[in-house]
Amino acid sequence: MDEITKLVRDYVIREYLEEGDDREITETTPLISGGIVDSFSMVSLKRFLEKKCNVQIPDACATPDAFDTVQGIVALVHRFQKAQPVTV
Amino acid sequence: MAFIDAFRNRYQTEIDGIKAAGLFKEERYIHSPQSSDIEVEFPAGSKIKKCINICANNYLGLSSHPEVIAAAHAGLDSRGYGMSSVRFICGTQDIHRELENRLTEFLGTEDTLLFPSCMDANAGFFEACLNEQDVMIADRLVHASIVDGMRLCKAMQDTFKHSDMGHLEEKLQEHMDKRSRMIITDGVFSMDGDMAKLDEIVELAEKYDAMVFLDDSHASGFIGRTGRGTHEHCGVLGKIDVITTTLGKALGGASGGCVSGRRELVEMCRQRARPFLFSNSVAPVIVAGALKVMELITATTERRDKLEWNAKYWRGLLKDAGFDIKEGESPIVPVMLYDAKLAQDFARDLFDEGIYAVGFFFPVVAKGQARIRTQLSAAHEKHHLDVAIEAFKKVGEKHAVLGLGKKELLARAGA
Repeated sequence: MDEITKLVRDYVIREYLEEGDDREITETTPLISGGIVDSFSMVSLKRFLEKKCNVQIPDACATPDAFDTVQGIVALVHRFQKAQPVTV
Repeated sequence: MAFIDAFRNRYQTEIDGIKAAGLFKEERYIHSPQSSDIEVEFPAGSKIKKCINICANNYLGLSSHPEVIAAAHAGLDSRGYGMSSVRFICGTQDIHRELENRLTEFLGTEDTLLFPSCMDANAGFFEACLNEQDVMIADRLVHASIVDGMRLCKAMQDTFKHSDMGHLEEKLQEHMDKRSRMIITDGVFSMDGDMAKLDEIVELAEKYDAMVFLDDSHASGFIGRTGRGTHEHCGVLGKIDVITTTLGKALGGASGGCVSGRRELVEMCRQRARPFLFSNSVAPVIVAGALKVMELITATTERRDKLEWNAKYWRGLLKDAGFDIKEGESPIVPVMLYDAKLAQDFARDLFDEGIYAVGFFFPVVAKGQARIRTQLSAAHEKHHLDVAIEAFKKVGEKHAVLGLGKKELLARAGA
């Protein structure tokens, strides 16, 4: 598991699972369609990613589909990290 | 005609999908006034059945109270049937002002504005009062109408774990860069029947300069010593910035809602809340009935006291029978079954036994949290509850759920 995957997975567990909820969150667990993350709470997830991964995700790309799994979220982060101009 | 076959097929496929998922909702036709004893036609076309109703929001039993009905009749005679206007054109009568003043006094706020429903009040408030410079921080279990209202507003949206004050504090700290923060919560949560920790919320709001928004629809009229609501129960009367509530539950059960709170916020709603600006006035007959309700509930606490007794008695009966219920103090008592199909079957079997209760399951509640939500009323007499518990026991035995705790029930549901 790479660093970003771990970061996202840990955040999802900490932020969205209630105390005593021992559901396993894997890279492919459906988060939004599975009722773990509601579409409102996606906002805090997006803010967290932007802050921690130093990336800007356009609102149009932050869709429930794109945010539905840890795998999908990580792919989104990589996509926009790559799209950013490299500064020296 | 432009409703071509392709359109019809598209919608029919979607409806079939809802049915296949077990989420199709059917109406049950009631042939009597709303009360504890009702006459129900279900399924459509079948013989009318007498039932005990244990799922209405008729908390104070005022939906069919003779004095409320008489007042509504008098209002119909003196102020007419409808206003044929929105409020700000020619739709405001003296009785609208009178009811708003009575609600302000009752809720302990500065001003009140009537809306066609609390759904409309919640849908209109946020857009009227907040913008992109602000942030809304809502409990994750707030009512759907608040969710819709927040979606219509440009302010940043965030949530905190249900009643988790530590998480709320983290969110308040995170959003200190915003012009204003608004904490949003229900007073009594409609699905679990638990209450917001309003005293702690107010404390955090004072610490982090946040406003507090409270939807007290499932509390106004009966929660708190004199029924003012959750803010009275938690000892924070006068400290809530905005209260929305409904006339469609304890306060007569007809329709209508309001925004009540700080004078400037209410004025912003009067000027800008779209559901207020573009909907007809609350009908005179409802306003007249609601005025009588306010008179009845401020004259005595007899009804809320009876409701409190009923809720306590019913919780005891369910627990003694071996049901897994959500603990709490409100008249919303969820009987937990966890499995959606079981909840549906259980409700159907209760109906066969003459008890009208409904199963709730995803998406109304979280997956694996299916339940029968029972709701008490001051219109229930002890004998209603004694009859109802016998039916619950019979159906509980049939489905072998009595004496099972959460773990065993979840295991049975295959969760």
